[in-house]
Amino acid sequence: MADLTITNLRKSYGDVEILKGINLAIKDHEFVVFVGPSGCGKSTLLRSIAGLEEVTSGEIFLDGKEITELAPAKRDLAMVFQSYALYPHMTVRKNMSFALELAGDSKDVINTKVTEAARILELEPLLERKPKDLSGGQRQRVAIGRSIVRNPKVFLFDEPLSNLDAALRIQMRLELARLHHDLNATMIYVTHDQVEAMTLADKVVVLSQGQIEQVGSPMELYHHPVNQFVAGFLGMPKMSFLPGKVVGSDADGVDVELMAGPGVRVPVTSEGVSIGQKVTLGVRPEHIRVTAADESDFHGILDIAEHLGSDTFCYVKTDTKETLTVRTPGDFSGAYGDRIGLSLDLQHCHLFDEQGMAIAKLNRAPEPA
Amino acid sequence: MLNFNMLSLKQRRRLNTVLLGTLAWGVALVIFFPIFWMILTSFKTEIDAFATPPQLFFTPTLENYTQINERSDYFHFAWNSVVVSFGSTIIGMMIAVPAAYSMAFFETKRTKTTLLWMLSTKMLPPVGVLVPIYLLFKDMGMLDTRLGLVIIYTLINLPIMVWMAYTYFKEIPKEVLEAARMDGASLLQEIWRVLLPMSKGGLASTVLLSLILCWNEAFWSLNLTASKAAPLTALIASYSSPEGLFWAKLSAVSTLACAPILIFGWFSQKQLVRGLSFGAVK
Ligand SMILES: Nc1ncnc2c1ncn2[C@@H]1O[C@H](COP(=O)(O)OP(=O)(O)OP(=O)(O)O)[C@@H](O)[C@H]1O
Ligand SMILES: [Mg+2]
Repeated sequence: MADLTITNLRKSYGDVEILKGINLAIKDHEFVVFVGPSGCGKSTLLRSIAGLEEVTSGEIFLDGKEITELAPAKRDLAMVFQSYALYPHMTVRKNMSFALELAGDSKDVINTKVTEAARILELEPLLERKPKDLSGGQRQRVAIGRSIVRNPKVFLFDEPLSNLDAALRIQMRLELARLHHDLNATMIYVTHDQVEAMTLADKVVVLSQGQIEQVGSPMELYHHPVNQFVAGFLGMPKMSFLPGKVVGSDADGVDVELMAGPGVRVPVTSEGVSIGQKVTLGVRPEHIRVTAADESDFHGILDIAEHLGSDTFCYVKTDTKETLTVRTPGDFSGAYGDRIGLSLDLQHCHLFDEQGMAIAKLNRAPEPA
Repeated sequence: MLNFNMLSLKQRRRLNTVLLGTLAWGVALVIFFPIFWMILTSFKTEIDAFATPPQLFFTPTLENYTQINERSDYFHFAWNSVVVSFGSTIIGMMIAVPAAYSMAFFETKRTKTTLLWMLSTKMLPPVGVLVPIYLLFKDMGMLDTRLGLVIIYTLINLPIMVWMAYTYFKEIPKEVLEAARMDGASLLQEIWRVLLPMSKGGLASTVLLSLILCWNEAFWSLNLTASKAAPLTALIASYSSPEGLFWAKLSAVSTLACAPILIFGWFSQKQLVRGLSFGAVK
């Protein structure tokens, strides 16, 4: 069992409040990912859970027991650091057995556990080496091994893959997913790589400036962001935003006149929406299509096109100088400066009010199980 | 005419090495010369030692050493030096390590100021506090005791020891200690099993430096001891008076006093150099 509950957690450094009242419930076996821009307090939150930072107020409960003031050593959590933080003077074997030795396990038990962890992480040939004789990926595996031998209640990861090169990162990402599956463990993972967040998480927590913006499954966050921040933060390339104003509404949706030209009807609730209100339309690259200029009443000038092979991402300047990102097929052949038509898939567009809060959609897609 | 600009990069580098090497040897010789001369003089007769111009070639004699051996108990003084140096170094480390640990890993706004203040106490001329300390020691019955010397040496060396240990600890990533904490280590286990092994090179230099400073200290040992607790520095001083100067004997006793620490330094020079360059040489 490992249920982690955080209530109203605050943390200040001097006068600066870094965590501004965090409430979060993490269930047993869940893979929870904290994402957010640099400096938003992800590491601070994780380190507060670990007990490495003293919190200013609020409580942390593990399996119903309050651990807010408990020393890190007594919390039964394991942490994997971005810098690996291996003990440089110990061999890989010693690194992994250190915690067990401190816990007073017998030699045989230690041996069995270390061997097992080494087998899972394919570290057997490296057991007698010192950390300095390992590659980055191997060090990272030792750091993970060091945490799994202990069979802790919760694993904490602070950007564990960000020091690895791209190929290794993908490999380790898969290994982590497999590990989560095999160990059936509760894991909390900090990253600012949204691919890691989307692929690993059962539950994503989006943080910004010390506050939780939204909590939910990756798909929920992607398709139903509660505000413009979350909408803009998740998705590669980013969602594009077009300002406009409400010109009419009824039970089937809201009519918006975009600054860039066309009027559109967005299927969102008309509740609380008033005529003349300023709104922002959010549209993802895959929900825009490029058409011939005369086939649409929404036009733009083609800026740069990035050919990735499978897809081409086009950056399009509207007449009012907003930039739209459009995903087109890999064989897209438009040229710089072409005038093109744009067609929006309004079913999948998002509408945000002046405060940047999402206006609820009418046709909420059913959650994938 | 040798034009420096005409040399190839490789030649220039070689020239640099030669010049630097010569310079280093020169400086080393200048520094070593007094020691060399002391050792040389210790094997001369008193007459030879006085001769002008000084003689480089003479018939060596062990007479000075035998006389010293008859006149004073070398091992008594040497033992005092050993006890006092090691005693104060051990106590000093036991205070410096925790102090530096907290300063390096739990830094507050005033940590830097505290460090500077500690170091600034070293700028005070010791003679300025001689009278109060002397009276204090007298009242507490610590004049001419090894304990007294240990205490005073610990106090004068602590700023340097804390400062050095702090510098070495600063180089250790704090995550490693945090990892130990997560692994269930208590404070003592964290320091003993992770911090100390990781900084053992630096701490060894700190220990060496403290030993050397204690061994060579001559101001407090001369003023606070008479005979019972007098270390080797006091032994040397006793040969410069009152019957006038006996250069050869003085040299011999100095040689005897310096020998242990010289030999010690010779064996640990690698460690010492690395430590004193404060981690610049890795
Ligand atoms: N010891 C400290 N004293 C003062 N401010 C601090 C301290 N540690 C962190 N901060 C501040 O707290 C904020 C959050 O830091 P944190 O490390 O949690 O960010 P993060 O979300 O992990 O960012 P990143 O993605 O860059 O790792 C930052 O603005 C940082 O400047
Ligand atoms: Mg961070």
